[in-house]
Amino acid sequence: MTTKEFIDIDFSQIESDRMRLNVGPQHPSTHGVLRLEVELDGEVVTNVIPHIGYLHRCFEKICENMNYQQIIPYIDRMDYISAMNNELPYVIALEKLMDIKVPEKVEYIRVIMSELNRIANHQIAIATFGLDAGAFTPFLYLFRDREYILWIFEKASGARLLFNYFWVGGLANDVYPTFKEDVLTIVHQVRKTIKEIEDLLIYNKIFIDRTANVGILPLDVAISYGCSGPVLRGSGMQFDLRKNEPYSIYERFDFEIPFGKGEVGTVGDCWDRNIVRVREIEQSCRIIEQAIAQMPNDGDVQSAIPKKVRPPKGEIYFRTENPKGELGFYIISDGKDKPHRVKARGPSFVNLSVLPEIAKGYLFADLIVILGSIDIVLGEVDR
Amino acid sequence: MMETFNIFDKIFGISILSALISVILPLIFLIIYALVAILGELKISAWIQERLGPMRTGPYGILQPIAEVVKLIQKEDIIPAGANKFLFNFAPFVIFAGSFAGFAVVPFTAAFVPAEINIGLFYIFAVGAFSVIGIVMGGWASNNKYSLLGAIRSASQMISYEIPGAVVILSAAVLANSLDMQKIISLQSGFFWNWYLFGGPGPWTKIWIFPFTLILATIYMFASLAETNRTPFDIPEGESELVAGYHTEYSGMKFAMFFFAEYSSMFIVGAVMAVVFLGGWNSPFGDFMGGFWWGIFWFTIKAMFIVFIQIWLRWTLPRVRVDQLMYFGWKILLPFSLVSFIVISLYRIIY
Repeated sequence: MTTKEFIDIDFSQIESDRMRLNVGPQHPSTHGVLRLEVELDGEVVTNVIPHIGYLHRCFEKICENMNYQQIIPYIDRMDYISAMNNELPYVIALEKLMDIKVPEKVEYIRVIMSELNRIANHQIAIATFGLDAGAFTPFLYLFRDREYILWIFEKASGARLLFNYFWVGGLANDVYPTFKEDVLTIVHQVRKTIKEIEDLLIYNKIFIDRTANVGILPLDVAISYGCSGPVLRGSGMQFDLRKNEPYSIYERFDFEIPFGKGEVGTVGDCWDRNIVRVREIEQSCRIIEQAIAQMPNDGDVQSAIPKKVRPPKGEIYFRTENPKGELGFYIISDGKDKPHRVKARGPSFVNLSVLPEIAKGYLFADLIVILGSIDIVLGEVDR
Repeated sequence: MMETFNIFDKIFGISILSALISVILPLIFLIIYALVAILGELKISAWIQERLGPMRTGPYGILQPIAEVVKLIQKEDIIPAGANKFLFNFAPFVIFAGSFAGFAVVPFTAAFVPAEINIGLFYIFAVGAFSVIGIVMGGWASNNKYSLLGAIRSASQMISYEIPGAVVILSAAVLANSLDMQKIISLQSGFFWNWYLFGGPGPWTKIWIFPFTLILATIYMFASLAETNRTPFDIPEGESELVAGYHTEYSGMKFAMFFFAEYSSMFIVGAVMAVVFLGGWNSPFGDFMGGFWWGIFWFTIKAMFIVFIQIWLRWTLPRVRVDQLMYFGWKILLPFSLVSFIVISLYRIIY
């Protein structure tokens, strides 16, 4: 850029060969079947066009032909990494529509499960982000911990990824007897590993060089694109639906909202988005510990489950804080046992749309890091 | 007439037979070493990552590299449409030849060097640069944009990192007053404080250059990591960006050639480190465990230790970006190596 001042040539007028590169759909670091059409000038990215739809499964149309209860497994398959969190807004929306009051114990189990799943999701996000930057070992450390969390899910719901655990008005089944001890052990282990990851990856000089001042997303751009979750908080906004619009029983817990402060670079860079996730794991651990302490031991988790889920005529939009951002379900009921329309507002889809805005002008290697820092799941982008 | 070091020349006379043995022995060594190194890579990465690694093939999975070679031999040999067939097929051999040629001057022990030339260090550098031609050739001929990007990155990277590496070699040559590997090694005989890593042989005045030789050894380590395309400088084949870089389109034995070439150049790096800084085939403890056969042992141990460090780094560090790599090479390694070179030259003039 400095040469531009001395030599009076308009560089944009010079025709140079730009290379069009198809990144994906089969590529190691597109986090699924995403195709990025990248225009490269040497190594510099001049344009990015994400092409989505390779995993489209007509979720919203299928919902119109299913009972309310039968939709929950499909919701699991949207963001398959954090399925518990996906089910939460849907069941709460229907409970609100049908005026169901769920038992205390159910609320606590839902919160614990959601937060455990948030930890599991952030572990994958940090792990794959490290992988995008070339660090392979932290990836396996985090996956080892995630495995313990999945064991809890498996013991409670019978499934490792797609749980179908939160039902309208209750849970599929009660937790097992040693649930509390298991959860506390895992919280301890998660904290230990996060400390290790901070030493090994997060504050590594090479990692900071790779991620700081890269893919800067200014706050106004983030808001105008409708970003949410760690992507928005990484840009410096303290906005978390658990705190700002408390749902379920989140107002009972004491926790903080981590946000990007630009500690090693500029506010809103890739490192900030990642550190928000790292710190959210700690906050989730705090919530889980408080919830475990407060959780009542007895209570029937299925007492409030209605015989037939048939909400009255009406519509509702309910949103919760997914690990990736704001996940909302807009449900229109016409009084039958099948919804008239279900619309999902997925965080990954909205967050991905900001990629062309922030990836231009960086190197090709940065594009991969930026994509990793947004943390998308293609199952939810395409639905 | 130069004094010969080659034991086979002494046994069989300077004949075609001794020459053949001298050529075949390093090749056998390379193949065995490559299998060990592949197993080492699998097992060390597994230990670092709290895994077991391969366990099914033989006891503790020690036959895994053989299984992988058998698998690669069986693979279909695919030539992508639109590829330049001749260059595509030729490139793996160029790369392999480049890194195998380095073995010609590796002094395995006091009495055996495949080819004695008195500019061994210079020769290793010259043929080491050869493999960049093969990489560019393969990357360009693949008719794949990822391969092309990887090849271009590799070319710029290897050429820029040769310069600090060469300055290090130059400093060593100044210290030893020779480019002959056997002479450099024999100068470092005795105890391990005679190694050039610790300032080389000589009186107490060597403490003036001791920090600089340490710096030079570190610089050579970094530069050679970049030259062999290993993490943290593996951007030409950075998996998350360029899929597999210049060898994306290769399959079967041609892919294995790239693999062998990578491992053999890792060993060459270890060998140069061992010769220049770690005393080559000398025992670290004077005459203890010295001699012909122990020489092979010490040399291999030292070179393998450097290979181990390369594997260790690969599974610990993230990857740097292409511009950071250039910055590191030109603005950090080069000035430091030049300063060390000047200090060492001054030392040689004064003492």
